[in-house]
Amino acid sequence: MSDNKSRRQSHIRNFSIIAHIDHGKSTLADRILEATQALTKREMKAQTLDAMDLERERGITIKLNAVELTYKAPDGETYIFHLIDTPGHVDFSYEVSRSLAACEGALLVVDAAQGVEAQTLANVYLALENNLEIIPVINKIDLPNADPDRVKKEIEDVIGLDASEAVLASAKTGVGTDEILKQITSKIPAPKGDPDAPLRALIFDSVYDSYRGVVVYVRIMDGTVRVGDRIQLMANGKTFEVVETGVTTPKVEMREELSVGDVGFLTASIKSVHDTRVGDTITNAGRPASEPLPGYRRMNPMVYCGLYPIDSARYNDLREALGRLELNDAALQYEPETSEALGFGFRCGFLGLLHMDVVQERLEREFNLELIATAPSVVYQVKRTDGTTVRVGNPSEMPDRKNILEIEEPFVRATIMTPNDYIGSVMELCQKKRGEYKNMVYLDDNRTNVIYNLPLSEIMYDFFDALKSGTKGYASLDYEMEGYRLSDLVKMDILLNGERVDALSVIVHKAFAFERGRAIVEKLKELIPRQQFEVPIQAAIGQKIIARSTIKALRKNVLAKCYGGDVSRKRKLLEKQKEGKKRMKAVGRVDVPQEAFMAVFKMSQDKE
Amino acid sequence: MTVRGAYIHIPFCDHICYYCDFNKVFIKNQPVDEYLDALAREAAYYAGMGPAKTIYIGGGTPTALNERQFAKMLDAVCRHFMHAGIEEFTVEANPESLTDAKLRLMREHGVTRLSVGVQSFDDRLLRAIGRAHQASEAKQAIERARRIGFENITLDLMFALPGQTETSLHESLEAALALNTPHVSIYSLQIEPKTIFYNRMRSGKLRLPGEDIEADMYGQIIFALEKRGLHQYEISNFAKKGYEGIHNSLYWENEEYYGIGAGAHGYVAGRRYANAGPIKKYIQAVHEKGYAERSAHLITQEEKIEEEMFLGLRLRKGVSKKRFREKFNCSMQSVYGKQIEKLKNEGLLDDGGDRVALTRKGVFLGNSVFEAFLL
Repeated sequence: MSDNKSRRQSHIRNFSIIAHIDHGKSTLADRILEATQALTKREMKAQTLDAMDLERERGITIKLNAVELTYKAPDGETYIFHLIDTPGHVDFSYEVSRSLAACEGALLVVDAAQGVEAQTLANVYLALENNLEIIPVINKIDLPNADPDRVKKEIEDVIGLDASEAVLASAKTGVGTDEILKQITSKIPAPKGDPDAPLRALIFDSVYDSYRGVVVYVRIMDGTVRVGDRIQLMANGKTFEVVETGVTTPKVEMREELSVGDVGFLTASIKSVHDTRVGDTITNAGRPASEPLPGYRRMNPMVYCGLYPIDSARYNDLREALGRLELNDAALQYEPETSEALGFGFRCGFLGLLHMDVVQERLEREFNLELIATAPSVVYQVKRTDGTTVRVGNPSEMPDRKNILEIEEPFVRATIMTPNDYIGSVMELCQKKRGEYKNMVYLDDNRTNVIYNLPLSEIMYDFFDALKSGTKGYASLDYEMEGYRLSDLVKMDILLNGERVDALSVIVHKAFAFERGRAIVEKLKELIPRQQFEVPIQAAIGQKIIARSTIKALRKNVLAKCYGGDVSRKRKLLEKQKEGKKRMKAVGRVDVPQEAFMAVFKMSQDKE
Repeated sequence: MTVRGAYIHIPFCDHICYYCDFNKVFIKNQPVDEYLDALAREAAYYAGMGPAKTIYIGGGTPTALNERQFAKMLDAVCRHFMHAGIEEFTVEANPESLTDAKLRLMREHGVTRLSVGVQSFDDRLLRAIGRAHQASEAKQAIERARRIGFENITLDLMFALPGQTETSLHESLEAALALNTPHVSIYSLQIEPKTIFYNRMRSGKLRLPGEDIEADMYGQIIFALEKRGLHQYEISNFAKKGYEGIHNSLYWENEEYYGIGAGAHGYVAGRRYANAGPIKKYIQAVHEKGYAERSAHLITQEEKIEEEMFLGLRLRKGVSKKRFREKFNCSMQSVYGKQIEKLKNEGLLDDGGDRVALTRKGVFLGNSVFEAFLL
């Protein structure tokens, strides 16, 4: 039995695929699934691993997933592959690091035309930190502008990996798949770990299922877990009894146990994903491990925004919907909030902007809610004159200026990979965004990593689009939290028709206040439709008005078209008009459309 | 309630204007005679339900028919709808196809009123909106119509056209007034899907006057026409006393009417219906059942009340509270008290005596008013 077990362990290969968005990760995963006959062609939906609609639409992976595959190698041996998917966005870099920690190897997929990008680099470094064996795969060699030799050289020069045995592949046509499978068996080491030691299972994902409770995805590092075992989560000490253990192939298959090297799931009547934090260690409650696995971190939201139902009567629906999403999203935080302008809603915390967009879209799509989102804000640390410090994630809650001693804001260390031709414009952008130059690393003849410390709020505000347009789309960005720093910040209020609208307040750097104020009032003028009276829009710091614009009064909207006897058309037009008004929020006497509340944030993105 | 009017649709045109989204087709290679046969059959079907007091033949372009077809069409309409008590019989005409022969045919068939599609007296603009005639032709057409005996003539004009200036509009108004017709309709351009203008707008190649210019133009129109004795009796319609369009007023007074022809809309026995639009479908439907209804909707009491208001308020005289009570068995106050109060306070509505009506400001912001009456 024990011999059997160790024989099995020696034939397990656990790996991830590291790739930049669009470099072909999902397509390659599909080819591997096909080659191992996990799915017949007919069963294949294109790109099986990206299960959520939203993911498919945006071409990104948000939720992790893992599959067990059986591979009959040409040498006659049968291997067990565990392919662990990783999210492809900087918001989820911690999750990436944990799923990499569940592997012994990684396929590094690089587009044969585009070459190495900043985010790929960041994930390669994460893989190296986790001591993974990295197999370079140069994908899309069938493209007319493919240049595999150049990309090979890039992999060697930029990352420092040996690319002499890099696989030349086209996931689209299937070229190279056999070689990839061969290298997985020959290069990636079998998992280590002691099957007889106390259980240590690394959580790299968890998903709430309304019938089974939380489905926890784990990699067994030591020991074995069986149905009926009493397990303990080492971060919070809670214990549960295991109901199911199994793997995804990608069909769900129950197993009696999961042992060292296995990647699978367990359920244990756990009610909330908040108990099963990614990175935590599961052990046996009766025979606990002495130490948890290294690397556990609790994720805190980096970005907050207010979410309000357009129809105030749907506040309870919004609360329920957030509750439902929270079951499945340990990083989502929310608490009730009241706004003078928008009524009752919630202040919600997210890992980043993508996470925010995803949550918002799911609320609207899956729960059929119409929402107003206020501009996202980072969390400021405000030292008051009385010596206390408060965290402020809602600009309208910024203490009065006379009570503030100083304000600190979060900074990130941003790595921007750019072709050398654009170093100038990248640096110009970073300077404009209050960046502090740190370093420049020449990667190869063509490309450079420019490293800046930047305020997170500036990265959120239009940075990415400006970077793309300033470098013709060639630069890529990655960042990590650096810490809090003192900044000269002020709260800017927006007044509509003379009344302050709390939901439109923003925190800005003093030096940019005038410019931002002008831009905001102009954008609001564009977005708010004419009313029956003239509406002044003002930006103010304290009592001082720094920018002003005016929405002219509505002058003519009567339908003077000849419709003859077609009354139903007239009716439809009026109904549409009425519907449109319902989608607006009455702020004082002014009807304000949804998108205006995001205007303070999104304006310069639409400018070009 | 008895049906008061008959609308007859001729969906053929010898050219397609850039803004037009009515049910119409290019006349070439169309089964015009078959269509006219179907039209006659459908007219018989509706005439069997009772006589109408007004007849209105619109399009498309009724005068796009050749003289033989035009006569055939008038014969059929008269056969079913003409009687001694007809109050108004209107035919729409385009200047370029309004021949003396067609004018005489209309006289012979008892047509009382001629609606001429002029749109503008600025040749540059006429070309820019895809009209086939020139200003001089329009003037001549009206003079010829007068010689042949038509006195009750209305002109259609348009404003807020791409490239139209207030000066050009002023000149068109003056030209229209010089012709001294007793009635003028002025419509503002709306860009509708499936038109050439819509296409151009989508590709960013259509420059339209903004809301402010449009409002100025509308003000200019009302001022110029009222000064010359054409009073505004509806949002888009101006007439000398006694020359208000009777048939069109039926729509605004929420009366019933037959809709006959491809794509025509009717309102009969509490149902609003629409006919099949495509010519072949229409002909086939009439062939099979004698009429061509494609969809219909029984108007609920609530909808009827809404329509009484949002149609009736288009008339400057407004909506009668007495008539409202007679029709719906409840007071306007009990249904719309709150809305009327609010609109009054906003200066959009007058509420004096028996009638609620738009104020001058309300005429410009009519849609804000009409919308408020949707329950």
